Amino acid sequence: MSELTAAERVAIARHPQRPNITDYLGFLFTDFFEQQGDRLCREDGAILGGVALYHGRPVTVIGTRKGRTAEENLRCNFGMPGPEGYRKALRLMKQAEKFRRPIFTLIDTSGAYPGLEAEERGQGEAIARNLYEMSCITVPVVAVITGEGNSGGALALAVADRVLMLENSVYAVLSPEGFASILWKDAQRREEACGLMRLTAPELLSLGVIDGVIPEPEGGAHLAPQTAMAHVDLALGQALTQLDKLGSRELTTRRYQKFRKMGAAALREDP
Amino acid sequence: MNSIFAKRRSRLLAMKSLRDNYVPGDKLVTCPHCGQESQRKQVAQSLSVCPKCGYHFPVGAYYRLSMVLDPGSFRELHEKYPAGDPLSFPGYREKLESCQRKTGLTEAAVTAVGAIGGRKCVVGVLDNRFLMGSMSAAVGEKITLAIEYAGKNKLPLILFCASGGARMQEGILSLMQMAKTSAALARFSEKGLLYISVLTDPTTGGVTASFASLGDIILAEPGALIGFAGPRVIQQTIGETLPEGFQRAEFQMEHGFVDAVVPRGEMRDALSRLLRLHERGGRP
Repeated sequence: MSELTAAERVAIARHPQRPNITDYLGFLFTDFFEQQGDRLCREDGAILGGVALYHGRPVTVIGTRKGRTAEENLRCNFGMPGPEGYRKALRLMKQAEKFRRPIFTLIDTSGAYPGLEAEERGQGEAIARNLYEMSCITVPVVAVITGEGNSGGALALAVADRVLMLENSVYAVLSPEGFASILWKDAQRREEACGLMRLTAPELLSLGVIDGVIPEPEGGAHLAPQTAMAHVDLALGQALTQLDKLGSRELTTRRYQKFRKMGAAALREDP
Repeated sequence: MNSIFAKRRSRLLAMKSLRDNYVPGDKLVTCPHCGQESQRKQVAQSLSVCPKCGYHFPVGAYYRLSMVLDPGSFRELHEKYPAGDPLSFPGYREKLESCQRKTGLTEAAVTAVGAIGGRKCVVGVLDNRFLMGSMSAAVGEKITLAIEYAGKNKLPLILFCASGGARMQEGILSLMQMAKTSAALARFSEKGLLYISVLTDPTTGGVTASFASLGDIILAEPGALIGFAGPRVIQQTIGETLPEGFQRAEFQMEHGFVDAVVPRGEMRDALSRLLRLHERGGRP
């Protein structure tokens, strides 16, 4: 399983038949009620969220939505949220906190949308606000990177007590193409970028950026979606059981300490 | 006794800021904005602002500090904090070293404790001569340490932002600094303390999407480019040319993301006034 190269994993992570948020909602949850709109400006189809039952227990589920057909793709902007999407996500998280529901986020995005209107309405502020607020949410937050998790656009849903990744998903500062074009002014060197970026789940686990890797069926989740989703179910259940034992204060303190440490170890090791 | 240290500190900052305020060009400087030539000396004297059109030249971190801090109040925090190469990225260490030689900085962030108008505060500055002020683990750590220092000592915090975004060579760890700094600011804010963020040219990417956008008060220098995605990326995405003034400080103010656009010459007074206005932290 671990013989796959980083570039191969990127391809699997982007596979069109890979289970997406709609599949997960159907398989892992019941009674999903979608909540739309950020209450400030508009609805953003790139983020799907609402209340559902997880093994009979109310939870808030929020995730990015790419869509499968061309029409769906357009409706949800290929899974690239704008500020409205992040603000909607925050609204739902605050509501989850009010009603003491755990929060699950499912992340598969090539990044926040770099468009004119997104900038006009404060893409940067919306992401920053989510990072800030998520660090203080007093209910358990579990994030799962199910496909691609790129840039602040993914992080804005991933300041969580447990950040889990499917084995062949990837999580990075930006797409390998973007990385290559910024660093070398050559998007063609994407494969080289994949190898250097440390974007695979096992690498990120060893860097301490994520908390766990969810196994996938041989060849990728798209080959046996049900098995893959069953693994996700198991991982979510375990994470929740552990987090349920912690009080609000302990939860936020531990979450903060986890992110507080990011990158510091590397600096001490080689001055 | 105090004054001996104060003098020494003031000399130290003066020396460092002199190096930082070096305006390139022999005798005449051409303004990249209006294209007119000015005497180099004149530009340097007017706080690196073009005397003809008011364009704000980029300035180094120490010079920035010397412009706003009371003379003799400067004391650098975590000065020797090391730059790192957490992903062992090919060629990165050499790049850091050459940058360190060129700028005299160890990393893109300089943090200090000082006073403005007699009021003690913590000031952090990102220097865009150092790999475009990009966010590295060391930058994130220094900013976080400054936030924590201010929190512990109940001091107001001012961060001058200037950044090209993430430090590519540090990949995901660069991204994580956004969460780290934002979370630290949330804890700082809970203490009822003031955070002023000052956006300078250019403030983009991960810095915009974290601490730059989280100030209780957000100021910007005139004409500063402020945004999440850079203009080139947006242009490629939408396939249209961008309107004049898009993402500039004035545009951001109009769209509700900046409290005030403050010219460099008035920055010190503005900060001093804000510190005074927040002196009691809202408590009777």
